[in-house]
Amino acid sequence: MSIHKVCGIETEYGIVVRGGDNNPVSASSLLINAYVSATSKKVGWDFEDETPANDARGFNLDAVFAPEIETTLVNAVLPNGARYYVDHAHPEISIPEVTNALEAVTWDRAADEIIRRSMRHADNILDDGAEVIVYKNNSDGKGNSYGCHENYLMAREVPFGRIATQITPHFVTRQVFCGAGKVGCEQPGREPGDVAYQLSQRADFFEEEIGLETTLKRPIVNTRDEPHCDPQQYRRLHVIAGDANMSEVATYLKVGTTAIVLAMIEDDVMGDDLVLGNPVPAVRQVSHDPTLRQTIMLRDGRRATALEIQFGLLERAQKYAQTHGLEPVGADVGHDVLARWETMLTALEADPESVADQVDWVAKRRLVDGFRSRHDLPADSPKLKAIDLQYHDLRTDRGLAYRVGLRTIADPDEIIDAITEPPTTTRAYFRGRCLQKFPDDIVAANWDSMVFDVGRDPLRRVPMMEPLRGTAHHVATLIDESTTAAELLDRLGA
Amino acid sequence: MAERINKQKTTSDRTDETVEEAEPAVSESGEKLKADLDDLLDEIDEVLETNAEDFVKSYVQKGGQ
Repeated sequence: MSIHKVCGIETEYGIVVRGGDNNPVSASSLLINAYVSATSKKVGWDFEDETPANDARGFNLDAVFAPEIETTLVNAVLPNGARYYVDHAHPEISIPEVTNALEAVTWDRAADEIIRRSMRHADNILDDGAEVIVYKNNSDGKGNSYGCHENYLMAREVPFGRIATQITPHFVTRQVFCGAGKVGCEQPGREPGDVAYQLSQRADFFEEEIGLETTLKRPIVNTRDEPHCDPQQYRRLHVIAGDANMSEVATYLKVGTTAIVLAMIEDDVMGDDLVLGNPVPAVRQVSHDPTLRQTIMLRDGRRATALEIQFGLLERAQKYAQTHGLEPVGADVGHDVLARWETMLTALEADPESVADQVDWVAKRRLVDGFRSRHDLPADSPKLKAIDLQYHDLRTDRGLAYRVGLRTIADPDEIIDAITEPPTTTRAYFRGRCLQKFPDDIVAANWDSMVFDVGRDPLRRVPMMEPLRGTAHHVATLIDESTTAAELLDRLGA
Repeated sequence: MAERINKQKTTSDRTDETVEEAEPAVSESGEKLKADLDDLLDEIDEVLETNAEDFVKSYVQKGGQ
C-alpha cells in the first residue's frame, strides 16, 4: 500500500547585480539577509542531521565528496516553514513539506514572491543605480546549470532499484509538458547552434542513469539518501531531473504526475514494459525534438515517441486510480491531475501550439519564433537568447512569462498567505507556527527537529520524524493555547 | 502496453488525414493567435533589455546542483 506522497520543491535561482559588485555569493547573501531582516527574526538552519553523502544503494561517500552545503553561508528558516539559503552561488528556496501538487504550486509561487520582495529590500540597501535581478531558470546558456529539485516521500521497503528503473521513463518523457524551453544547446561537444530550440533547460546536463552527484556527471535518478524523517520507515526520492517552471500548470502536472507514478511503483503495478533501452541519450533526444515525433528505444527493442510513453503511463495511472484510488497523492487533486494530464497529452499530440497558455517551452518558442520573423533575425541572434533569459526574469515589469497569458491554478489570495503561512497538512505547520509565535525561543530548526532555548538548561530539541504529524489538526489548539514556548514544551511532554 | 502505443500511432495518422477538413476553424483561431502574438511582440520590443548582446554575454552563473 503506497504511503502518502509528501513532497516539496527546491529552486536555485540565477542571480546578477547590475551596476554594482556582481559577486553571486555576496549578492545571494545580501538578497536573503535583506528579506529576513525586514520581515522576521532570523532563525538559523540546524545542520545536525544533514547527511547528503549517504547513498540509497547502501554506502556513504563523505570521504569522497566535499560538503554539499557551505555551512557558513546565510541559511534561514521562514515562518511559512520554508528554508531560504545560499547554495553554492545561488539563492535557493526549499518550500515547506506539502501533501499534494496544488499545495506545491501555491508554495512554489509564494517562493517566487519572496524572491521578488527580497529584490525590493535588497535594492534599498544597494548603491543608487545598482539592482539585483533574479531569474527562475536553470542555465546561463554557457554550460553552467543549477537545479530545481523535487522531493517525494517513499516507503523504505520499496527496493531502490525498482524505483530507479521504473521512474526513468517518466523523467525522460515528462519534458513534453514541463520543459521550460531553451534557445540553443549546451551539450558538451556540440555547438550552441546545432540545436535551434529545445524543450528543456536542463536536459543537456545529464550524463548518468543513476548516481549521487548533483553538480557534476548529473544522473537522471539521484541516489541521495537523506530522508529527513525516520530512516527505518521512509526514504526521500530526491529528483534533480527537472526544470523550474514559470507556468503553474506545468509545475502542477510535473509534481502531480510524478507523485502518481511513484505511488504506482510503490504498489508494484508499473511493470517493466516501458523501461527505456538507453535513457541518457534519450533525455537529450526528446528535448532536442520540438516536433515530438522522434522515437526512443525501449529495453525490449520497441520504439515509441515521448508522447506515446506518456500515454502509456497515463493509461496505467487511470487504471490504478480505479483499482487503488488516489488517496496517497490527495484524492481530489489526484483525479484533477489525471484529467488535465489526458487533456494535455491529447492537445500536445494534435498541436503543441494549442497549449501555449500552459506549457513553458511552447509559450517561449512562440515569442522566440515570432520575434525572429518580425525582425528577420538569424537563428543565433543574441536577442533570441535575451528573450529566453528574460522569460524567467522575476521582475513582473520585465519578465516575459508574465505577459504571455499563462493560465493559473493556485488561488492568488492563498499564494499571498503562503508567503508567511505554513501549510496546515504537514509538520511544516508546527515549524512555521512556532517560528511565528516564539521566535525568540528557537535557536535553530531544520526539517525534522526544532531546538528551543526557554532559559532552562539544556537546550531542548523537539524531534519531528513523522512528516504527517505536527499538522494543524494535531497541534493548532496546543500552540494557540500556549502563551510561552516553555508551556508548549511542557504540554508536548518534550 | 504495446496495444496503447499502437493505438496512439493510429490517432496521429488520423489527425494528419483530417487536417484539411478542420482548416476553417483552425485559421480563424489562427488569426486570433496571430493578433495576440503581434500585441505581445509589441510589448517585447518595449521591455527587452537594451543591448541584448552585452546583456546575454554578461549573464554568467556559477554552476549549481
